[in-house]
Amino acid sequence: MSEESVAERVVGVFAKFKKMPPEDVKMDTTFEELGLDSLDGLNLIFELEEEFDIMVPDDRVQSMKSVAEVVEGVEYLLAHPEEQPNNAARPTA
Amino acid sequence: MKKVVITGVGVVSAIGNNAADFWASLIAGRSGIGPIEKLDASTLRFQNAAEVKNFDPTLHFDDKSLLWLDPFSLYGIVAAREAIKDSGIVFDDDLRDRSGVITGSCLGGKMTEDELYHKLYAEGKQRHQPIAIPRAMSNAVASHVSMEFGLTGATFTTSTACSSANHAIGQAFWLIRQGTIDLAVTGGSEAPICFGNLKAWEAMRVVAPDTCRPFSKDRSGMILGEGGAMFVMESLDSAKARGAKIYAEIAGFGMSADAHHLTMPLVNGAAKAMRLALEDGGLAPEQVGYINAHGTATPANDPMESAAIRKVFGGHADNIAVSSTKSMHGHTLGAAGAIEAAATMLAFDQNTLPPNANFNEADPECDLDVIANRARPAEIEAAVSNSFAFGGLNAVLAFRRYQR
Repeated sequence: MSEESVAERVVGVFAKFKKMPPEDVKMDTTFEELGLDSLDGLNLIFELEEEFDIMVPDDRVQSMKSVAEVVEGVEYLLAHPEEQPNNAARPTA
Repeated sequence: MKKVVITGVGVVSAIGNNAADFWASLIAGRSGIGPIEKLDASTLRFQNAAEVKNFDPTLHFDDKSLLWLDPFSLYGIVAAREAIKDSGIVFDDDLRDRSGVITGSCLGGKMTEDELYHKLYAEGKQRHQPIAIPRAMSNAVASHVSMEFGLTGATFTTSTACSSANHAIGQAFWLIRQGTIDLAVTGGSEAPICFGNLKAWEAMRVVAPDTCRPFSKDRSGMILGEGGAMFVMESLDSAKARGAKIYAEIAGFGMSADAHHLTMPLVNGAAKAMRLALEDGGLAPEQVGYINAHGTATPANDPMESAAIRKVFGGHADNIAVSSTKSMHGHTLGAAGAIEAAATMLAFDQNTLPPNANFNEADPECDLDVIANRARPAEIEAAVSNSFAFGGLNAVLAFRRYQR
């Protein structure tokens, strides 16, 4: 298993998505600064869902507009799996 | 050029399985949006849609025919039969030779494909019914209607996402106006309620968790709907010659491409299609009294459409009543233009404008005279019905009251 932090993995997803060096992805970098329009943003969120095996609710997507906000959102969802739509619908073991 | 009129209407929708029931629901402001019953939607981020209800295919088709028909074809064919019956047209060999069927569909037989893929990938079944390909093809409705009534003129299907039906109706109109054919059965149908397709829409993040509130400040996205609407369209001369009931004249058609973005609509593209539809129909903006809006209730569409209406109609926009009937029958994608043309046509016939349901609060970004929740009596002179598709493809129909 990777020892990378959530923040490092998020940066990795951004870097791969934008084909740029990870060191150029700063925490305060916004989607807009990266030239991501709304559809690009949705595709990036999808890549993050795949990386972390999470489901991001629609309303939370609205508050993910920078690298730092994405890290915050992902950390929150990892800590609160019950707030991921499909998990909420699944019977818990 | 010939004048072209609508002489027959047929509808299958979430708010009525014939034109009369559809209209009764529309003017009552009765929404067909509710929990999805065709499948288990509990794992989706949205659970509501505008499904066709109490529709029994066995009342309309024998077992052998049913084998060949995806639900989008059932809706389209039943609507076409109603429109033809309503028009009172009697086809003879000459007229069959000069009549075509022009339909719109975005998804074609998606439900058939979804079922096949599920059997193949999830259940591992290697044998499949041999009829999947002709069931799923997008032109199935056009083909079935042409065969059923023996119509051998120009017959084809347009597929331009949410503008499909308006593009189809527009082509039928032009072909009759220029004399290529004398009569068309035209409209659109769609059956998008299958799990694979709903998952794809979920990923787009444009579907509302509860209901569709076009132009309302608290709107939260679109609601998918299913159904179809079809029309009998013919030249005014032929309608008059046979003493047919005329719902309205189809006056103009305009289309454009945004050439901008796959999912972000552009004011200029939408405005251009509206302007071209008016010009094509010889209509002054001041003649228009009602717009059946595209009005998807997504954050992106409604302010864009409002600005486009302002751009085309200027100050006269204050005098135009606007509603999105998607608030009741849902967004039926490739059938949307047809179902909304039915609502617009009936507005002429009944002198009542259908409301925009689920309207709670005016949005300064949607500065229009929205017909909030209650139908409005009005004798309009002309009307416009908008369809704007993903991919930036816009198609607008303009209608004029037929004066006897």
